[in-house]
Amino acid sequence: MSALRLLVSTRKGLFTLQSDSRRTRWTLSVPAFLGHIIQHTVADPRSATVLCSAKTGHLGPTIFRSTDGGTSWKEAERPPAFDKAADGSVGRTVAHTFWLTPGHASEPGVWWAGTSPQALWMSADDGLNWASVRGFNDHPDYALRTEDPQGGTPDGPVLHSIRIDPRDANHMYFALSGGGVWETRDHGASWSPLNQGMATVVFDPDAPPSEDQPTSLQWQPIGSDHDPHCVQIHPQWPDVMWQQNHCGIYRLERPATRWRRVGRNMPAHVGDIGFVIETHPRDPDIAWVFPMDGTDVWPRTSPDGNPAVYMTRDRGEHWSCQNSGFPSRAWFTVKRQAMAQDGQDPLGLYLGMTSGEVWCSINEGAHWSQIAAHLPEIYAVETVPV
Amino acid sequence: MRVLIPSPLQSYTAGARRVTASGETLRMLLDDLDRRFPGIRFRMIDEQDNVRPHMMIYVRGERTRNLNTALADHEEVVIMQALSGG
Repeated sequence: MSALRLLVSTRKGLFTLQSDSRRTRWTLSVPAFLGHIIQHTVADPRSATVLCSAKTGHLGPTIFRSTDGGTSWKEAERPPAFDKAADGSVGRTVAHTFWLTPGHASEPGVWWAGTSPQALWMSADDGLNWASVRGFNDHPDYALRTEDPQGGTPDGPVLHSIRIDPRDANHMYFALSGGGVWETRDHGASWSPLNQGMATVVFDPDAPPSEDQPTSLQWQPIGSDHDPHCVQIHPQWPDVMWQQNHCGIYRLERPATRWRRVGRNMPAHVGDIGFVIETHPRDPDIAWVFPMDGTDVWPRTSPDGNPAVYMTRDRGEHWSCQNSGFPSRAWFTVKRQAMAQDGQDPLGLYLGMTSGEVWCSINEGAHWSQIAAHLPEIYAVETVPV
Repeated sequence: MRVLIPSPLQSYTAGARRVTASGETLRMLLDDLDRRFPGIRFRMIDEQDNVRPHMMIYVRGERTRNLNTALADHEEVVIMQALSGG
């Protein structure tokens, strides 16, 4: 075991939690970028670079860069920004950068970013300048593939879960809320949907016709009705994919293309709705989710006020409740970037709540401890080895 | 000419509330401001050359969103930002 840092991105700034070597004592930093809306902060495993996506309530979106592990920061020279539209036409404007992913190990200095409105961006100079990935952003079917910026997700539709196949820099995935899962095999030049088997917000392909699902509705391979909340590929066995969708928990083993709803094996009173899903870096059969209430008006809090992580050890066939240490009554919400693992053995797991609490398990979910509280609303949690 | 910078943007001007920039139009002034203080323009003006919501620019005491507004020497440009929200 070794010490690590947690990068905690919040609605009011960036906080850092530093652990001792046993991960039992944690020290909270003073906030960086206090008052800025920090969507995502990610450390590059290939270098000392850390990128942080920021905006304020009124200032435009930008990306801050640190090349010394987060000690000092400078702003990107060209943050993600669409082309200026021709006179007389309406152009797109980046509202915020939502997601950051370091590039493939063979491409030092390359980063990928996802924004709202939904668009993919690449930097080839360590986050200094960002270019539009035109194979997706300027595709003739862009409007069919993506969600209208004026609709859907309260903070705007987002491009997220940018995952790179560790075996092949050209092979990548991302997800759109809403808009589904997308795959490229040519480094972003062209993209294909990967949505077979996924229920949409209006149609479940596995359900028989009923009053709730009239025959006039049809499953569509693309479109904003698809709503993957978080997609993971396994770091060692990247053909294994896990997905927490708006409509349930899914698993897929490539080269198959049809997702299987393993969330149907969750306890019925808990359901399989949520935002986050996390994998075990040494076992592709293991995953964790943090279920949320998807009934009635979708409170998106712990079902029945009983916060718990659920773990599967057998590819989603069975799920077990891990609630030791959590309050017996609490209405937590965990957003899609706010669950992380640290890669250590035993594996450490981390959750950031919208109520400003950070929870940690250093025994693979068997017991949970609160390691920070009273922070602003937490958007994202990432781990950094020290 | 003199440009008044609101507090949320003074991290770009090393804390200065008043700075100097030049330009025959507001667009040219903002470009010059960005040369002197890299990155400041995009925080105020989006990529479609629209003044961002809640950003306010005053020329000759009048609020303008037109980047082609002509400027004369020795004029003062006031940039302000509404602080709504929570």
